Amino acid sequence: MAGLAATLGAGAMSNSIGEIENCPVLFVIGSNTTETHPVIASCMKRAVRKGGQLIVADPRKIALTRWAARHFQPKVGSDIALLNSVMYEIIRNGWHNKDFIENYTEGFEELRKAVEDYPPELASKICGLAPEEITELARILGTAERVALFYTLGITEHVTGTDNVKTCANLQILLGNIGKESAGVNPLRGQNNVQGACDMGVLPDVFTGYQKSANPEVRKKFAKAWNMDSLTDTEGTKIPAMFDGMVHGDVRALYLAGENVVMSEPNQEHTINSLKHLDLLIVQDIFPNETTEYAHVVLPATCFAEADGTFTNTERRVQRVRKAVEPPGQAREDWWIVNGIAKRMGRDMGYTSSEQIWEEIRQLTPSMGGITYGRIERQGLQWPCPDSSHAGTCFLYCDNVFPCGKAQFRPAQWRPAVETPDAEYPFVLTTGRRLWHYHTGTQTRRSAGFEDIFPEELIEVSPQDAERLKIDNGEFIMAVSRRGRVRVKAWVTDRVPQGLCFMSFHFHEACSNVLANNVFDPVTATAEYKACAIRLEKDKIKTQRHGGTEKKW
Amino acid sequence: MSKLALTIDGKSIQTAEGQTVLSAARENGIHIPTLCYHPRTKQAGKCRLCVVEVEGLPGLRVSCSLEAKTGMVVRTNTEQVIETRKMIIELYLSNGKHNCLACEANGACELQDAAYRLGIDKPAFPEIPKDKPYDDSCPMIIRDMNKCIQCYRCIEACNSIAVNDVLDMGFRGSSMTVVCDTDKPMGKSSCVVCGECVQLCPTGALTEKKAVGKGRAWEMKTIKTTCGYCGVGCQLDLHVKDNRIIKVTGAENTAPNYGSLCVKGRFGYDYVHSPERLKSPLIKKDGKFEEVSWDEALDFVAGRLTEIKDKYGPGAIVGIGCARSTNESNYVMMKFMRAVIGTNNVDHCART
Repeated sequence: MAGLAATLGAGAMSNSIGEIENCPVLFVIGSNTTETHPVIASCMKRAVRKGGQLIVADPRKIALTRWAARHFQPKVGSDIALLNSVMYEIIRNGWHNKDFIENYTEGFEELRKAVEDYPPELASKICGLAPEEITELARILGTAERVALFYTLGITEHVTGTDNVKTCANLQILLGNIGKESAGVNPLRGQNNVQGACDMGVLPDVFTGYQKSANPEVRKKFAKAWNMDSLTDTEGTKIPAMFDGMVHGDVRALYLAGENVVMSEPNQEHTINSLKHLDLLIVQDIFPNETTEYAHVVLPATCFAEADGTFTNTERRVQRVRKAVEPPGQAREDWWIVNGIAKRMGRDMGYTSSEQIWEEIRQLTPSMGGITYGRIERQGLQWPCPDSSHAGTCFLYCDNVFPCGKAQFRPAQWRPAVETPDAEYPFVLTTGRRLWHYHTGTQTRRSAGFEDIFPEELIEVSPQDAERLKIDNGEFIMAVSRRGRVRVKAWVTDRVPQGLCFMSFHFHEACSNVLANNVFDPVTATAEYKACAIRLEKDKIKTQRHGGTEKKW
Repeated sequence: MSKLALTIDGKSIQTAEGQTVLSAARENGIHIPTLCYHPRTKQAGKCRLCVVEVEGLPGLRVSCSLEAKTGMVVRTNTEQVIETRKMIIELYLSNGKHNCLACEANGACELQDAAYRLGIDKPAFPEIPKDKPYDDSCPMIIRDMNKCIQCYRCIEACNSIAVNDVLDMGFRGSSMTVVCDTDKPMGKSSCVVCGECVQLCPTGALTEKKAVGKGRAWEMKTIKTTCGYCGVGCQLDLHVKDNRIIKVTGAENTAPNYGSLCVKGRFGYDYVHSPERLKSPLIKKDGKFEEVSWDEALDFVAGRLTEIKDKYGPGAIVGIGCARSTNESNYVMMKFMRAVIGTNNVDHCART
């Protein structure tokens, strides 16, 4: 988000899902789309059926590659080197969009200088692709009429996540693939309301619609609307600093609404240790989980089928959520609970319905001013939608108007992952999701059928490595990092190249976050879930051979 | 797009150039039954149920595949048309095990609807014995090919809409049947269980396993809402009976998914009714959680937060919001931290 805000001005998908199937060229980098966003993957595959060219850059042979014209397999964490080199080749061949660059961008010279250090022969040594492959990728992207770029957490979950995003944006600005249909820079959001939670200002530095809390005018506006004299200008902390603060005693109370942090944050031991230091841990959730154990008080909340309100999807579309069933027992909607606490702390917010809250939101948020429950009754509207006559915005930056004036090139230099393989920990572990489960498994593992299909975690190991280490398919092995060890079954598969392993964080019995490295991007504080170093050990307890489930992708 | 005029059942109607006679009729509220045609799989020309008479053209014409032309005179309810449709349905009924009493699709079956509207009380022809294996190898979907009418909708759904390339027509003649991959059981095939085929099946050949015996179509109310899994924000219909979600289908005709869903959105709903759900506020007393009333829980939280704020200042309190919860709840959480606690220490798990 920060990377896109710095280059293009808005931290969101620039184009829409409906445009995907008409893309002539789709460049998917760091997104296992068929497993994480299956419905969008279908749009991509339909684009291929219509004659579109799908180009995948991913260290793993993900299922989407079956429909791809080309699959490039760069090493984990080499995105900046690869894309800088692609830009080097684009500029060298004169494939960049000179009109667009001259009229609508700033910083081209800096970019040109920065990518000069990445000729394909050099970048090849970092990303593992042959120099000819880099040139080929540059030619495909550089000579296409337009390209839509898609990414997910494969780009962002690195210590260089923000720089990775900026580099993706640089590429698309260089080619003038911005501000038009079936093009753009498109991050695919992983959770139903990540976009909405960001849009609502559940971030330390912004109010709703990314209005900066550092801006006194913004604070004044919100203070007035909330009947207060003033709002604090003290800088807020992000999640990793919160956990560090608990250990140091600066943070005494944590109000946790709906995140199973013990499972989802990297370095489980550190997370648990931090929580144990708290004077007060309030956990509001729908299930007891690994985190509720450490709570002082647990508040039962509603799930999506029991709540009224709105979610905002990955393409900025605000859509209705409707209550279909009564919640179990005493469970209540989150806003009702928060309002109840506020009332007892002397500041009743007076809310009685979600629509009343939405009305307050839209009046304080110019980009959503025109979105009302009435207007989204049948179909959602995409922000920006400033007034009630505005039809919403399918793709951003139409007519090359950018919130930050001109589009900004923000060149970035490649840096390796914090932890790279060495003699002691010779494998790279990258992590992610699987089609059959979701997050920490609280939902899919309680829904019938999913565990029949995918019953337990498997660590993906390449056939070459398995042969060398004498690991059988389905054998229990130990995966060990500097932070912990996990006993997990091996899945010997050519989905991963030699030297790379893959795990998900769906199963508490074998959770990748025991191993993942808690180092963070300096701007967004996103953890480097996508790269750490591990070693594989034979498990001393001999296990029965596992027949291997037939469907694992 | 330019308009053209034609006559259907004596009524003059306008339609856009390039439209089929079927679409022109439906746009104007004239019912023509179909089994193989669906707005998302388009014309297939398989079932022939949509036949009509067109002045000046010989025989009966298949309206789903016939482009509307200026001046065309179409009749959808002549004796010949009705008798032909009856015959088609009679043949379908004899060519499968269509037992509505025991069928999951009862009340939501397009074959049943067509038979009903045509006034067929009992099948005219004896049933051709069929004994295709009942495929319940997939944990989510039941395939009963004895009820398949070979409309090709599922094949289109799998190959042209979801583009998963699993289903196809296999074998020849009377052995012809829909197969998964190279005639594998669905649960052993490369199927990713998106369920697009189930949603578009016009009969009971493909049904949702978890809904079996849980309720009839007319007993359920449907509530349109937004999926709670990934960020695509698929629009879905929850089919609810007695305060329980019985099944989920994709909402047709609306962005962003136009009816499509994935395995989690379509089948991952039963956690909602899990007995493990948190049902009461809990406070830890002497190391053990005790159920308490909302009043006690909220008093406790408000009291402790006030104490901590007074003692250590608002900066000692932090809040983490939820990328799964609604905009409204997230806004209230954000406001609570900033206005009530008095800190900007508010964040959520996905800032990327």
